[in-house]
Amino acid sequence: MNMNDTSALAADPGLTIAGKTYASRLLVGSGKYKDLEETRLATEASGADIITVAIRRVNIGQDPNTPSLLDVVPPSRYTILPNTAGCYNAADAVYTLQLARELLGGRNLVKLEVLGDEKTLFPNMPETLKAAETLVKDGFDVMVYCSDDPIQARMLEDLGVVAVMPLASLIGSGMGILNPWNLSLIIEQSKIPVLVDAGVGTASDAAIAMELGCDGVLMNTAIAGARDPIRMARAMKLAVEAGREAFLAGRVARRFAASPSSPMAGRVA
Amino acid sequence: MQIELNGKPHALSEGADLAQLIAALDLRGKAVAVAVNRQVVPSQLWAGRLLAEADRVDVVRAIGGG
Repeated sequence: MNMNDTSALAADPGLTIAGKTYASRLLVGSGKYKDLEETRLATEASGADIITVAIRRVNIGQDPNTPSLLDVVPPSRYTILPNTAGCYNAADAVYTLQLARELLGGRNLVKLEVLGDEKTLFPNMPETLKAAETLVKDGFDVMVYCSDDPIQARMLEDLGVVAVMPLASLIGSGMGILNPWNLSLIIEQSKIPVLVDAGVGTASDAAIAMELGCDGVLMNTAIAGARDPIRMARAMKLAVEAGREAFLAGRVARRFAASPSSPMAGRVA
Repeated sequence: MQIELNGKPHALSEGADLAQLIAALDLRGKAVAVAVNRQVVPSQLWAGRLLAEADRVDVVRAIGGG
């Protein structure tokens, strides 16, 4: 964070997940870009430290020397967060993340998402809870895509996951924060980080999530699908920072009356 | 013999191990993870992990995703 003219302010200490602190509270996906160069540039512009990736079968017969995602977002520079996108039951999700841990040299930080159906990509919470329990017992640090239901979020926290990540609206929908009240309930009760995962459409959505008190925001489509993804990546970085600062600063109370900003005394009228 | 590689039939010589399969696929040294019959096999154990008829082998990598 650039603190040039506000050096008296304490810097935001950053986002701590599973004992490790990350400077950026914006987490980004690496899907839907037009090519790897755009992925690289947008990821850099976002300032994100944590990048999600998908785990997929190698195309047998394809030239094995074509550049790969991990060449442009190297694990030496970024924390790679493997996901379970496309998994519809606990067993597939657990298997995918066991492969991911081997692929990433034993790193335990993972993003669990077990989907309910293709139309909504809503989480299947019973399967999500089952997978979370297995993964936690197996030593994974599990960040979980979940419904914005405070009871399910608490169940996940009780299982020992390291972050809950409720959707703000449907994955890839860009519909923004549809139920800030549920998010607030989850934020209020949780002792682990709460991140909005899914639904952000533009910068103001990310700022609203942070102003509510979210610890971070995870997004992919809002950046990769923008007309200029690299510029939107920077917009999201600024929005997350602005929203966090506003949360820390404490907004004014809403009131149903005007309150003049200029003093009444000494006016010439 | 015939194994199933990433969901498709794949012919392999009798007595081949995982290390030989990965080398034949030109994937040696690449960022891939491998499982046999849904059990992950760490890369240091590929040599000597013999494959048998109808084994299901998954070879995966990281790609863009959200």
